[in-house]
Amino acid sequence: MSDTAKSAVLHGGLLALLLVLQFVLPEYHHGNLSRIMVLACYAIGYNILFGYTGLLSLGHAMFFAAGMYGMGLSIRHLGMDPATAMLLGLVSGVLVSTVVGLLALRTQGVAFMIVTLMFAQAAFLTILYFGEYTRGDEGFVIQQAERVLWGIDLSDPTNRYFAAFGVFALCLILSLRLVSSPFGKTLIAIRENEERARMLGYDTFRHKLAAVIVSGTVSAVAGAAYGLLFGYAGASFASVQYSIFPLLWVLLGGAGTVLGPFIGTLFMFYLIDIASGWTNAYLLIVGVVLVLLTLFARQGIAGEIRRRIWKGLP
Amino acid sequence: MMLLETRGLSKHFSGLRAVENVDFQLEKGEVRALIGPNGAGKTTFVGMLCGRMEPSSGSVAFDGQDITHLPAHKRISMGMAYTFQITSVFPGLSVEENVALAARRANEDPAAALRATHAALKRVGLEDRMDQEAQDLSYGHQRLLEIAMGLAQSPRLLILDEPTQGLADSEIEAFKSLIRYLSESATILLIEHNMNVVMETAHRVTVLNFGEVLAEGTPAEIHENQAVQAAYLGTG
Repeated sequence: MSDTAKSAVLHGGLLALLLVLQFVLPEYHHGNLSRIMVLACYAIGYNILFGYTGLLSLGHAMFFAAGMYGMGLSIRHLGMDPATAMLLGLVSGVLVSTVVGLLALRTQGVAFMIVTLMFAQAAFLTILYFGEYTRGDEGFVIQQAERVLWGIDLSDPTNRYFAAFGVFALCLILSLRLVSSPFGKTLIAIRENEERARMLGYDTFRHKLAAVIVSGTVSAVAGAAYGLLFGYAGASFASVQYSIFPLLWVLLGGAGTVLGPFIGTLFMFYLIDIASGWTNAYLLIVGVVLVLLTLFARQGIAGEIRRRIWKGLP
Repeated sequence: MMLLETRGLSKHFSGLRAVENVDFQLEKGEVRALIGPNGAGKTTFVGMLCGRMEPSSGSVAFDGQDITHLPAHKRISMGMAYTFQITSVFPGLSVEENVALAARRANEDPAAALRATHAALKRVGLEDRMDQEAQDLSYGHQRLLEIAMGLAQSPRLLILDEPTQGLADSEIEAFKSLIRYLSESATILLIEHNMNVVMETAHRVTVLNFGEVLAEGTPAEIHENQAVQAAYLGTG
């Protein structure tokens, strides 16, 4: 079987499995999986920049929040319908990531991490500052009546699952297509050796900017979908914690693999879920597991699979 | 017809004159060797030709067009290629993908890019190692991979920065025939320490010393030149 066929079976298989699970999962896990799929989109977005382009951002929460608030505020204050609101969430993701990319990419390495972190803090404080509109820390609820898209009530668990599945499938396929395209391969080349890529005639700045925009926009779509499907937008989603989450998910699942972000998000979600069922000190357990994984599966779960089983894993 | 021309090209690093007022002309189809003792400014000089660094003063023209302030990637797309002195490949990618990255810039059509990739690998004798990761290649093979990347770009001007450094004698023989083959389609600027390679492949030789052009001529003329011998022996 060729690599392309294998990859189609693997990724198609995951999507088919997720579709079937909708009918068999108990209610609790059903709800969890909806959440995980949307958060995995956020991780997929993060992975495009971190895993494939080799740029470590500590400020992705601002893109997630840009989508969430772009969507949420336009429903709350402009009375938009959910489809238009989602589109506005996406547009605000494009705008924020373009501006941040143009400025932050003037730096490299550690400076890039600091600059993205600072921009994200500024975005977080901006949300608090305009508390009159954003309701700051407290956030605001998007009412059930405002979450009806084309006659479909998105607050209904089944509908919500399908919507989350739809967004996830779209992001997964986009990411798969992207990394096998010449553009994606150039991003990988930049990650591996930027100076060499430049001396082969690639405009590395433009490629990196495009990577920031794609990554930021996918993150924003995830943020918008999260707000719409779960009916809430709040400043905590713009906090530094939400910048660290996708980094952890991607590292655990396998940076630079298409499936890694989903695996990492799923793993971390249930790790916290199960550990907190045992003890109040669940973060201790989570911490130990993270340390063990970094020691023994340095490339993350999917990264180890690539190293040991199938080298062609995209 | 001049392919490349510099006028008064200089590069100063806070007082150190790495390259000083160099007028240099390279004719289409020529194989030119650039030699000189360590620290003579050879790599700095070609760095300004291909856009890795900005000159302090002077100008560079490629194919009649002023490219002094053009970024590197634009110069490359005009038909320059540069291979690094210190091997610089994509370590985690396959040998094939390394060359394909080079070929895709010159060939829009994916099938043509693949053909160019395989042709370049075959030419340097790495076609059996296509699927290996570049970091698993021996040093000599990594040097060949660098050259294959240059080849796959089908450049008009190929700048090779000490390509034979660290190669075995047998590999150097193969390299010489590669240069002759390359010179049929490209102009070549070769930074080289191995005099044997210079004498056998170059049409003309330029000698740099302390950032300035010390002498220029055929390999035989340079070989006889007293000043060059003095510079190399360090008694000048």
